[in-house]
Amino acid sequence: MGGQIAMHHELPAMNHQLSTKHMNRLNQLFEKKKNNLLSVYFTAGYPELNTTVDIAEALEKAGVDFLEIGFPYSDPVADGPTIQHSSQTALDNGMNLNLLFEQLADLRKRVSIPVLLMGYVNPMVQYGVERFCAKATEVGVDGVIVPDLPMYEYETLYKDCFAKHQLSNIFLVTPQTAEARIRKIDDLSNSFIYLLSSASVTGNSLQVSDVTETYFQRIKDLHLKNPTVIGFGIADQATFQKATAYANGAIVGSAFVKILGTSGYMEKIPEFIKSIKG
Amino acid sequence: MKYTVNEQGYYGDFGGAYIPEMLYPNVEELRQQYQQIIGDAGFKSEFDQLLKDYVGRPSPLYLAKRLSEKYGANIFLKREDLNHTGSHKINNAIGQILLAQRLGKKRIIAETGAGQHGVATATVCALMGIECVVYMGEIDMERQAPNVARMKMLGATVVPATSGSKTLKDATNEAMRDWIGNPVDTHYIIGSVVGPYPYPEMVAQFQSIISLETKKQLLEQTGKELPEYVLACVGGGSNAMGMFYHFLEDEQVKLIAVEAAGKGVDSGHSAATSVLGREGILHGSRTILMQTDDGQVVEPYSISAGLDYPGIGPQHAHLHKRQRAQYVNITDDESLQAGLLLSQLEGIIPAIESAHAFAYLEKMKFEKSDNVVICLSGRGDKDLSTYIKHFGF
Repeated sequence: MGGQIAMHHELPAMNHQLSTKHMNRLNQLFEKKKNNLLSVYFTAGYPELNTTVDIAEALEKAGVDFLEIGFPYSDPVADGPTIQHSSQTALDNGMNLNLLFEQLADLRKRVSIPVLLMGYVNPMVQYGVERFCAKATEVGVDGVIVPDLPMYEYETLYKDCFAKHQLSNIFLVTPQTAEARIRKIDDLSNSFIYLLSSASVTGNSLQVSDVTETYFQRIKDLHLKNPTVIGFGIADQATFQKATAYANGAIVGSAFVKILGTSGYMEKIPEFIKSIKG
Repeated sequence: MKYTVNEQGYYGDFGGAYIPEMLYPNVEELRQQYQQIIGDAGFKSEFDQLLKDYVGRPSPLYLAKRLSEKYGANIFLKREDLNHTGSHKINNAIGQILLAQRLGKKRIIAETGAGQHGVATATVCALMGIECVVYMGEIDMERQAPNVARMKMLGATVVPATSGSKTLKDATNEAMRDWIGNPVDTHYIIGSVVGPYPYPEMVAQFQSIISLETKKQLLEQTGKELPEYVLACVGGGSNAMGMFYHFLEDEQVKLIAVEAAGKGVDSGHSAATSVLGREGILHGSRTILMQTDDGQVVEPYSISAGLDYPGIGPQHAHLHKRQRAQYVNITDDESLQAGLLLSQLEGIIPAIESAHAFAYLEKMKFEKSDNVVICLSGRGDKDLSTYIKHFGF
């Protein structure tokens, strides 16, 4: 792992432009559809080990626009109890990155909507970031969301690797993120920006207040180059509509993971998605 | 200055600030302001005054004659156990509460393992009249019950961490989640030299008073500022970093960091991070941690709640890699024996954490003229039930 920190030295000097618009499935989606995009998160390996692609396929059929598949981590500090639980169950079931990539080998035979992987930085670093990016692209993943990968480390260590494999890195913006930093995130992003609805871990229901609306409006008024998608606390039709009034789309996570924790979850997927989209 | 932090918060390959965006404004505020705040004359004088009149510093450097006789060297104990609240943790807690006040924070959160940092934090919050919430692993709350009661008596709210191994790492996760949800009014007082930059550096600076005093006291007592050896126990590593800090550039001083081997390094029940760990990212910094091939954090084990942590601070990872300090380990049984020995030779019952450092004396060979300093980081009151159970008193 000593090689990880020096990894950027091992890569050929590629000088990818930040603004390089490789048109992956994400870019195509955002070109085509500007409003009411619905994304759903679920943890790979939860509640059962081998249903990852089944769930993805069912979500596409139910009308979801893009997916986030979580790779589990033992210490998910940005997550509330629901996703902590799904992550631990997935690990107990035997989920790991090797297995996830095996499962995703036939992803593109069954699923055509954009797919992102979401997880924490340590499992990715242990797998090898170069290898992770290569494998993700090979199985047809379009982007990655790693909440604890900071901008400085992304830029200095991993940006070239992501670019080489045409993977989008998705940055988060919170109500506390300063405008200059949002501008920088906008420059570094090449598919969309993930807006957190509030200062919170995942799984707390969105309380739409004047403060939240002022924040959403403030971001909207920045006229960012990248589309925005709001996540954290989107649990039903009301919160979905509120979020998509200000952003191009919204992400449902914990609320869906809760459905996965009930019996007969596969059959409940269409109904749940319908309840969000209305 | 090859062992200090660079502008990006790295010690060589280790450190940085691997935090979710939700924590960025808090950590960035700290990074931008802490050096200026703690460098301010008003801060320094208040800090020094509290360390003197409230904590009772300087802590004595005590030449332990009977212990010295046994091991054939001059063994000095740096008596952090005599600090108010019973350990070195108060040094950092005082520093950070003064910092939090100057940052305008109204609420303090902390994680704790053995409860020493939790008690120190609850103490300074009582002193300053600030709300205090301490996260503590459910298992640690059972094995360190007296410290839980102390925190409550001091007015703190103690919240059990019920996820994962229900020990220090999970308490740290819960504290970080709290901070994510309360980014504006809350300061997180991390208790060790771990976490995202600037924490490891800031905590080391507050704890560096230990080695600063030691140098002065050694000069007074022996005529020489530098000892041959300096020993300290390491969980996250704050007492060790404080004890090493002003000796780092004095390369002739041998620094020995003692980790907890638990039931044995290869037993599957250990917290000997430098042996069992690999480079990775834990609690916001790139360091050495115990993990699976897949990068999942492994549950550590030690009889000592304060050493029961799967990582070490990033500066320790750097000192280990650069071989500036030697990282060794001691089992549960060896540490308890050393605790008994110190009690009966010197009349001092040490915390089981600190007893790990004393146990390593058994494995060393000294010249008669060697000066050896051991950080006696805490007193053993909180561990009496463990000692009693083991020895059947």
